[in-house]
Amino acid sequence: MAEGELVIRGGEVVDATGRRRADVLVRDGVVVEVGQGLDARRVLDADGCVVAPGLVDLHTHLREPGREEAETVETGARAAALGGYTAVVAMPNTEPAIDSAGVVRQVLEAGARSCCDVRVAGAITVDRAGTRLAPMAEMAELGVRIFTDDGRGVQDARLMRRALEYASALGVVLAQHCEDEALAAGGHMHEGEWSSRLGIPGIPSEAEELMVMRDIALARLTGARVHFQHLSTAGSVAMVGAAKAQGLPITAEATPHHFTLTAAEVASYDPVFKVNPPLRTPADVAAVREGLAAGVFDAIATDHAPHAQEAKEAPFDEAPPGMLGLETALSLALTELDLPIEQVLALCSWQPARVAGLNGQHGGPVTEGFPANLCVIDTAATWVVEPERLASRSRNTPYGGRKLTGRVRHTLLRGEPVVADGVAQR
Amino acid sequence: MKHLLSIADLGAEGIEEVLRVSDSFVEVSERAIPKVPTLRGKTVVSLFYEESTRTRLSFETAARRLSADVMNFSVGTSSVKKGESLKDTVETIEAMGIDAIVVRHSSAGVPWQLADWVDASVINAGDGWHEHPTQALLDCYTIRQRRGSLDGLRIAIVGDIKHSRVARSDVLAFTALGADVTLVAPPTLLPPSLEGWPVEVSHDFDGVLPKVDVVYLLRMQQERQTEALLPSLREYTARYGLTTRRAHLLQDDALVMHPGPMNRGVEIAAEVADLPSALITKQVANGVAVRMAVLFLLLGSGGDLG
Repeated sequence: MAEGELVIRGGEVVDATGRRRADVLVRDGVVVEVGQGLDARRVLDADGCVVAPGLVDLHTHLREPGREEAETVETGARAAALGGYTAVVAMPNTEPAIDSAGVVRQVLEAGARSCCDVRVAGAITVDRAGTRLAPMAEMAELGVRIFTDDGRGVQDARLMRRALEYASALGVVLAQHCEDEALAAGGHMHEGEWSSRLGIPGIPSEAEELMVMRDIALARLTGARVHFQHLSTAGSVAMVGAAKAQGLPITAEATPHHFTLTAAEVASYDPVFKVNPPLRTPADVAAVREGLAAGVFDAIATDHAPHAQEAKEAPFDEAPPGMLGLETALSLALTELDLPIEQVLALCSWQPARVAGLNGQHGGPVTEGFPANLCVIDTAATWVVEPERLASRSRNTPYGGRKLTGRVRHTLLRGEPVVADGVAQR
Repeated sequence: MKHLLSIADLGAEGIEEVLRVSDSFVEVSERAIPKVPTLRGKTVVSLFYEESTRTRLSFETAARRLSADVMNFSVGTSSVKKGESLKDTVETIEAMGIDAIVVRHSSAGVPWQLADWVDASVINAGDGWHEHPTQALLDCYTIRQRRGSLDGLRIAIVGDIKHSRVARSDVLAFTALGADVTLVAPPTLLPPSLEGWPVEVSHDFDGVLPKVDVVYLLRMQQERQTEALLPSLREYTARYGLTTRRAHLLQDDALVMHPGPMNRGVEIAAEVADLPSALITKQVANGVAVRMAVLFLLLGSGGDLG
């Protein structure tokens, strides 16, 4: 038995190829054997657990550089590892924005020491201002595979068309935060019954749907790939489903909060429920769930958006939008979605790995020779979300006090247990 | 009851109780020395993040007539201008030892947040577009004074419903007491959804006027023109203003109300505002008594009504 060798024993391996009872032997950061009765100096107990490829989050806000009081690459990556993620894509709405090779390098370097693979999304436009193209090729050379102005959508259809055309030669995907700013202007929650009653300016569903509609048209026009971020309305789900059925090169993600929470939560006026796109109606929640079941969505993404406590202790319309997600996403999917675990893992691991161009390193399969980026999930474990016990530097989870079923027991990054028995190892 | 945040918290019974108690304070207000010792030793802070002369004066007068100490936190000249957060401001004020905070803020929901953060009673004096419960209570009181009861009355609320905290509280209060409410406004000035609102809607002011017992006009703000909600105030007045011609469509005993401040010549013609059926100054006078009742019920239960 060699040093640096470990076995994950007693679990059921689940990956894109299926499920089987097997131990997993890991050496030098790679899976070396999957089979029965394997042994090593170090044993990670997986009795009653699912052993899966590590999860991949297409949508994480790590806040570095610029908002380190809310999160850093280090704390965000730790939260990710505890949530079962072995790779996250950091959004570029930092200060300064990730819109050049210099800032990409800075975040990648910070991520190199962390307990999760930190990948970076670059901005589509300079400073995310929506007027000039950012140097996408320069960033793509550093491995950037997703570009987005996330937090904002690219408003100008002509500029978006050019961005898609330009990007199509780089082997990258443009991801859109769909929101028509003119129609959404001044809004702080979903426009409808609750906004009318609560006296809070609303954002109509159509603000999202107009841009979904436009970008489906632009995908058709340019032939370039488009990824739709955090879709929240029944109309968006229907349009994307129809466009995919026509064979357009489209992918889409949904967040846990859009399949678990509605605008009714805002009646508390607690800004922890403020998020963009906003929490919508029960019919929208049902449509997102159906979209996840039917394959309209390729991924569950967290949109993990940490904010310092003082920022969320403001009046609802002054507080910034966003909620934590990394440490609760998988458990929410397992608890709330009536889907087989293979499908949940497809949405959380191998499908997003393909969208982000990380397949080959993340998302499995769990076979000999594959990098040992793995997570071990105790699917029967129940736990209660306690905001003050989360690893994120921020506390803005909307799920405080909620009981969830299914929890990550171990996470391995290139063979190293960065989370063991639910505890971060660094 | 600890706080007064929304009319919805009161229900019909709670509203009736406030109105009953208000009667005795109307009597107090008519005395030569309109002051009772009921809240001696209690401290009431008025915390107004939004300018409002009349509501603020009304609350402060009410508190003084109950012999409470009144602190006045003026946002314009305070640490708030130096970037202090709402929570820090409120915790600082509470540390001075207070019994009630009367809060006005341009953001909906702020009174709820305060009620979470402090031990003192919180009174909502207007939160964004959301609610203005004491205005609704004094409106109910004023109507009841003239008509005995709101039950079965037909009330039209006219104007910028969408942005109006007065309208939201009035709809809850009037309907709780049994009135039938019709909202009259251009579609751009109605809330995007009226699901769950026990009201009717009309865009035909002339058609509504002959049928109502009370016409309640809301203040029309200049900036609604620049937000593309209206082509012009002139066009608004032409369709939704209570002009002299329209006032003739009203029944003889119909009442005209307005929360103030009025834009004479916009939502209400100057001569209509001065008609005997217009209760606008009566509303203001009753406002002090109703706010005394609210302060008494929140802070003085068991105390001496004097």
